[in-house]
Amino acid sequence: MSVLLIVLLPLVGSLLPVMGSNDRRGRCALMTAIPPALALIVAGLHAGTVFAGGVPRAAFDWIPALGLEFAMRLDGLSLLFVLLILGIGLLIILYARYYLSPKDNLPRFYAFLMLFMAAMLGIVMADNLLLLWFFWELTSLSSFLLIGFWYHQSEARKGARMALTVTGAGGLCLLAGFLLLGHIVGTYDLQTVLDSRDMIQADPRYLPALLLVLLGAFTKSAQFPFQFWLPHAMAAPTPVSAFLHSATMVKAGVFLLARLHPALAGSEAWLYLVGLTGLATLLYGAYFALLKYDLKGVLANSTISHLGLITLLLGLDQRMAVVAALLHILNHATFKAALFMTAGIVDHETGTRDIRKLQGLWRAMPLTATVAVIAGAAMAGVPLFNGFLSKEMMLTETLETSLLGGLGWLIPALATLGSLLSVAYSIRLVHNVFFNGPPRELPRTPHEPPLPMVAPGLLLAALCIVVGVMPALTATTLIDAAARAALVGPVPELHLAVWHGFNLPLLMSAIALIGGTVLYVQRRHLFAFQRQFRIQNARLNFEAAVQWVVRGAQQLIDTLENGSLQRYMLWLVITILCLVGGTLTHTVQLRGPLPLQPLDGLLVAGALMAMFAGLATAVLHRRRLVSLLMLSIVGLVTSLAFARFSAPDLALTQLAVEVVTMILLMLALFFLPQRTPKESGAPRILRDALLAAGFGGIVASLNFAVLTRPLESISQYFVDNSVPGGGGHNVVNVILVDFRGFDTLGEITVLCIAAVGIYKLLNRLRLFMPSSDADGRPWSKDRHPMILVSVSQTILPLALLVSVFIFLRGHNAPGGGFIAGLVTAVALILIYIARGVDWSQRRLSFQYQPIAVAGVGVAALTGLGSWAFGYPFLTSSFGHFHIPLIGDVELATAMLFDLGVYLTVVGATLMILANLGKLTTPHRPSKQKEKA
Amino acid sequence: MEALFSMTTGVLAACGLFLALRGRTFPVVVGLTLLSYAVNLFLFSMGGLDTGGAVVLDDKGGSHADPLPQALVLTAIVIGFAMTAFSVILAMRARGDLGSDHVNGNRVDEPREERS
Repeated sequence: MSVLLIVLLPLVGSLLPVMGSNDRRGRCALMTAIPPALALIVAGLHAGTVFAGGVPRAAFDWIPALGLEFAMRLDGLSLLFVLLILGIGLLIILYARYYLSPKDNLPRFYAFLMLFMAAMLGIVMADNLLLLWFFWELTSLSSFLLIGFWYHQSEARKGARMALTVTGAGGLCLLAGFLLLGHIVGTYDLQTVLDSRDMIQADPRYLPALLLVLLGAFTKSAQFPFQFWLPHAMAAPTPVSAFLHSATMVKAGVFLLARLHPALAGSEAWLYLVGLTGLATLLYGAYFALLKYDLKGVLANSTISHLGLITLLLGLDQRMAVVAALLHILNHATFKAALFMTAGIVDHETGTRDIRKLQGLWRAMPLTATVAVIAGAAMAGVPLFNGFLSKEMMLTETLETSLLGGLGWLIPALATLGSLLSVAYSIRLVHNVFFNGPPRELPRTPHEPPLPMVAPGLLLAALCIVVGVMPALTATTLIDAAARAALVGPVPELHLAVWHGFNLPLLMSAIALIGGTVLYVQRRHLFAFQRQFRIQNARLNFEAAVQWVVRGAQQLIDTLENGSLQRYMLWLVITILCLVGGTLTHTVQLRGPLPLQPLDGLLVAGALMAMFAGLATAVLHRRRLVSLLMLSIVGLVTSLAFARFSAPDLALTQLAVEVVTMILLMLALFFLPQRTPKESGAPRILRDALLAAGFGGIVASLNFAVLTRPLESISQYFVDNSVPGGGGHNVVNVILVDFRGFDTLGEITVLCIAAVGIYKLLNRLRLFMPSSDADGRPWSKDRHPMILVSVSQTILPLALLVSVFIFLRGHNAPGGGFIAGLVTAVALILIYIARGVDWSQRRLSFQYQPIAVAGVGVAALTGLGSWAFGYPFLTSSFGHFHIPLIGDVELATAMLFDLGVYLTVVGATLMILANLGKLTTPHRPSKQKEKA
Repeated sequence: MEALFSMTTGVLAACGLFLALRGRTFPVVVGLTLLSYAVNLFLFSMGGLDTGGAVVLDDKGGSHADPLPQALVLTAIVIGFAMTAFSVILAMRARGDLGSDHVNGNRVDEPREERS
């Protein structure tokens, strides 16, 4: 498990610096350095195993359902990167301690740095594609924080945003690519994916997966045409640039190419996509590095160029090229980190990074100049420095590639040109700044920085020489182990040596060195040539592109979401039509195998009535009262339909609800306009009618398709267990109060909430009360007709009796709490209508809110009651009791629950209607409140 | 019979949707109610259309109409009432506070939807 520590230590360590203070910077730096140092020791302890061919691994499940495992492995490739990240990371911690000014918040900087370091370690050690992607995104985010560290500078903010946009978008492509790979292979486990090369490359999804993964890698590694973000990321503090653009961030992309090399490489597509992209980037970066005046700009473009070189090597179809790429990753990290550090020192000590102002600094800062000379020589590929080794290997491999076929000679020629440019900008960087005559007037008088600030650079420069002089002793083992992980099958034997004898690559090297020097001397011609071009500022272009996208999105949103609810409804319906209609077209035949049942006259009459009334409701909708009356016909026919098709419970419920709904809508209509003005034009009517017809057609087709197919219902369970389990013969009621009692509890709660919401909506509502109907006829003076009064008062006790009867028999015969509650409510509302709110309110002096709430309470308590007896929530029990005079009675606790339902229905219905009715009287809810 | 039943639910659903797409609140509420009738009939029919099926379990143990859709539709009817009530009173409140009974809360003289 100790492998996990390598990632977890820096991750936890990102919290440590926050506890330190900005005043005691030395201690803060020390505290920060401890976790990565420990992690480095852990990695070192595992190195022996890795060199011997072992792969230490540790894993635990994270989200198994998604195939996400927190798995870490340490193979040769991981080890190479772990050593680079931690080693250079430690040097950066030391360097940053002296680089950042006292005004900068050092603990915050260290926290971001450690987070980034942990994310990088996660990428290189992840043994699961999804986990790798997770850390990949974490590097994008934490590098955003680091690049934007000086957030008071607009340049830093914009550079950070650009880097995040480009690498974040690439990260999403990468995720898509990983998901495709996971689907092809069937797992996200890295080793399985790497072992499934043939399966992956034979799959038709290989090409899209490859493209997506490459998009992720190329954006991260700033490959052409995504290279534009990297120079703008130079707005970061130099320690960040030194870390991100030497050993880490941009190396993540080439790491990914190396990591997935066993699974994805070897195809024509890989060779051309990766190889040519790398070559283009190599030349682009090298050319522009030569032209930049900003010290860090030169380094940024040279980084692009060297990343292109590594990508080119990984793309080539020779096995040795991959080894060369790995070696160059190591070499580039050392010399580029050292060069960034010297650039930071020069900036720090002189106050400028402009090459035109700097010269002759070697007198003032000999140590820094030494570092720059050594690292620069390594970058140029001068013999005896480490860059020479990988450059020689690169030139050798380009000679042997099959890329471009007959035009294959272009590759080594262009590679030589790249090396030549590389020599030229390296000389320019070192010679221009540190030599080239006596120093000029500068913002600050330059002098050597404190030794700890130069020390990291010196150490790296020493490494450049040691590896360059004795490659076989130092780098071979590590590179060999890394190559084992990045290649399938045996690794070509690595002969690292400074001298290979006189051969073609040596000649190309010599051409590059001499040509580069000549180019540097004659550089003013090149600069004059370049001045004829208009300068393209990538940042401005990028900002313009972002603005363009935002504008486009805004326009699209404005078109789709114009603030009209009707429009949203339209979109919803169209979506439904497309989705469901599209599925229906796949059905072979609408009609199923079941025989159709015969029709009879009554059915036809009922159906025609419902359809006619439904159409009338729609057509006459502008005459609201007529429309409402038509609606009530539909409701009644629906109720009859339930009765006809063996559902008496539903018929009773529908009938009672129909009554309260109509009363409610009539009351509401009293306060709303009686007529709807003509608003919609003919095209709109036609559009809506067509949509509605389509919708109706789909509903009818679906319904017919289901009705004519055999039914497989789970209802038999309820039918079988209703008597033995629930003690009731009315299965519908037993389902409501027992089997699915929890659902019912939820539903009466919703009913109660709706009633409470309505109560609040009616509070302090003032509405215009018309004194006449739509045709101008005044309301009748006789507000409480005699017959209605007499009937309603006579009916009330009868209705109450009926509701008690319906309630009691509900468990065994059609009925139950819902229906009984509605019957009671209708009877009470009839009194309100007949006698008016004032009269009724005096006699029915209780509040309805507590009744509804009590109903929910009773139902919930019944459920809780079963806990007291050690049963799960809402377990019901029942028994037979003998009551004198009445006889045998079966009582169930479910009946108590049903009582809760009853109370809720009565309370909620009356709460809605009685409160609405009060609006017609001076006793408006608001006034009542004021009295209380 | 199945075809007739399906046609009825289809026609009711179409009329309900047409009303729901109107611009004024009251027809929309009526449309939603109509739609809920159609939906209830549709859901109910998922258990098959039984003529004269047994309703309560008797000792004879005859064929029983599917009780599950019935139980679901029963609560749906009651909840549908609550929804109708809530939306119609919301419409009243909107009229009281905004002075318009247009679903978008517009004034009568400046309908935004008319563009399309």
